[in-house]
Amino acid sequence: MIALLTRDIRLAMRAGGGFGLGLSFFLIVVVLVPFGVGPQSALLSKIAPGILWLGALLACLLSLDRIFALDWEDGSLDLLATSPLPMEGIVSVKALAHWLTTGLPLVLVAPVLGVLLNLPEAGFLWLTLSLALGTPALSVIGTFGAALTVGLKRGGLLLSLLVLPLYVPTLIFGAEVARRGAEGFDITTPLLLLAGITCGTIALLPFASAAVLRVNLR
Amino acid sequence: MMPDLGKYADAVLSSYAVSLVLLALIVWLSLRRSKRIKSDLEEVERKVKSNG
Amino acid sequence: MSLNSLWEYANPKKFIQTTDRVLPWFAWSAALTLVVGLVWGFFFTPDDYRQGSTVKIIYLHVPSALMAINAWLMMLVTSLIWIVRRHHVSALAARAAAPVGMIMTVIALLTGAIWGQPMWGTWWAWDPRLTSFLILFLFYLGYIALWEAIENDDTAADLTSILCLVGSVFALLSRYAVNFWNQGLHQGASLSLDKEENVADVFWYPLLVAMAGFVLLFIALVLMRTRTEIRARRMRALLARERMGA
Repeated sequence: MIALLTRDIRLAMRAGGGFGLGLSFFLIVVVLVPFGVGPQSALLSKIAPGILWLGALLACLLSLDRIFALDWEDGSLDLLATSPLPMEGIVSVKALAHWLTTGLPLVLVAPVLGVLLNLPEAGFLWLTLSLALGTPALSVIGTFGAALTVGLKRGGLLLSLLVLPLYVPTLIFGAEVARRGAEGFDITTPLLLLAGITCGTIALLPFASAAVLRVNLR
Repeated sequence: MMPDLGKYADAVLSSYAVSLVLLALIVWLSLRRSKRIKSDLEEVERKVKSNG
Repeated sequence: MSLNSLWEYANPKKFIQTTDRVLPWFAWSAALTLVVGLVWGFFFTPDDYRQGSTVKIIYLHVPSALMAINAWLMMLVTSLIWIVRRHHVSALAARAAAPVGMIMTVIALLTGAIWGQPMWGTWWAWDPRLTSFLILFLFYLGYIALWEAIENDDTAADLTSILCLVGSVFALLSRYAVNFWNQGLHQGASLSLDKEENVADVFWYPLLVAMAGFVLLFIALVLMRTRTEIRARRMRALLARERMGA
């Protein structure tokens, strides 16, 4: 399984592997926001946590179809399925690889982009922490969606439609942590709920993703 | 016959209009699809029978 | 009726035969109860002390919201039956119910928004209940889109049933998340439109009839649509066999 993990990470980091795509998209969205809502720093300060969360979420969404697409096309997914690795392990490793190459970079870059949006000082810690806690859930949920649409040509739009409603709880609690943290309020409840959702999805969703992949590989 | 809906007439009437239109829509679409599939199936079954 | 004989209706042919007899009854009683309930509520009930004549919207908003949820629950149950017992009629019934549930959700959303406009002053408010129904609408949309996107019937049935299961868990999670999201600082804006707790008798009885009407309509539509899906599936099977040169 470690071999699978390193292979996926290496593939994503190659040119054309999609590593920079998520980061670039995140940057572009953040840069576009002031053009959309106006440059007043008070306004930007207020919406910064939410915008940063949304930008990270959308950047994650963009890279989801790569999780299984390449392996599906060249047949390696079939090979993986017949290997002694359990399918649940395979999908979990795929989700981890996605998080390491897409989610984690977004988390690290977010504070830098926060400067662009006048994120209040207190907000930097909570933004980063909430994204660090929440993006793994986005990867795991995204893997489920990618497994559902793996065989479809142009399944990208359907993938977004299926995955976005599933992202709502994580987005609500994650952005709430970032927002309350920036304003200095207590963040315990949303933080615990965010962590709970992430732990729950990591533990349980791979079973559903594995079942879906088995169906699609029939 | 029409009750006096007062200042909320627009809201009440448009709710009823919208709902009844949507209900009629799903009923009509379901009926239309049912008829179409039924006749398509009969045609396919006839063809299959005649092909032996 | 013992539980054993209930599974007989999982047989497509038996399902069509039985619903041949039963469907007209559901259709006519749906029409009757709907007309009685809505006419009673619209013409023969008084205005509410606080909400004026907008209380009449209750006869559409509450039943449709009820059915929007119940349709999804029915889809959940039939999806589980498909996963466990592989009865095709069950999977097709879930597929049949989805568009009806989606229309119910839209009706609930529109009547909710229209009802809210004179009360809140805006055409849309991110009230927790309305927001939850908006999310439910997206779940219906995704479910239907997945059925449409997949060619193989059995694969589609398997994938959509797993989606329904996972979706149900997240729908429940979203409900709580949305309540959390909108009760923080803006308490005043979340006006509860469903007052099951204190609805006076004079409103309650016609509401019951209207709800019964919506339930019967849902059943009639789902039975009809399931028959259509059974026929469509049979047609695809026949065409596939023809193409393979049977």
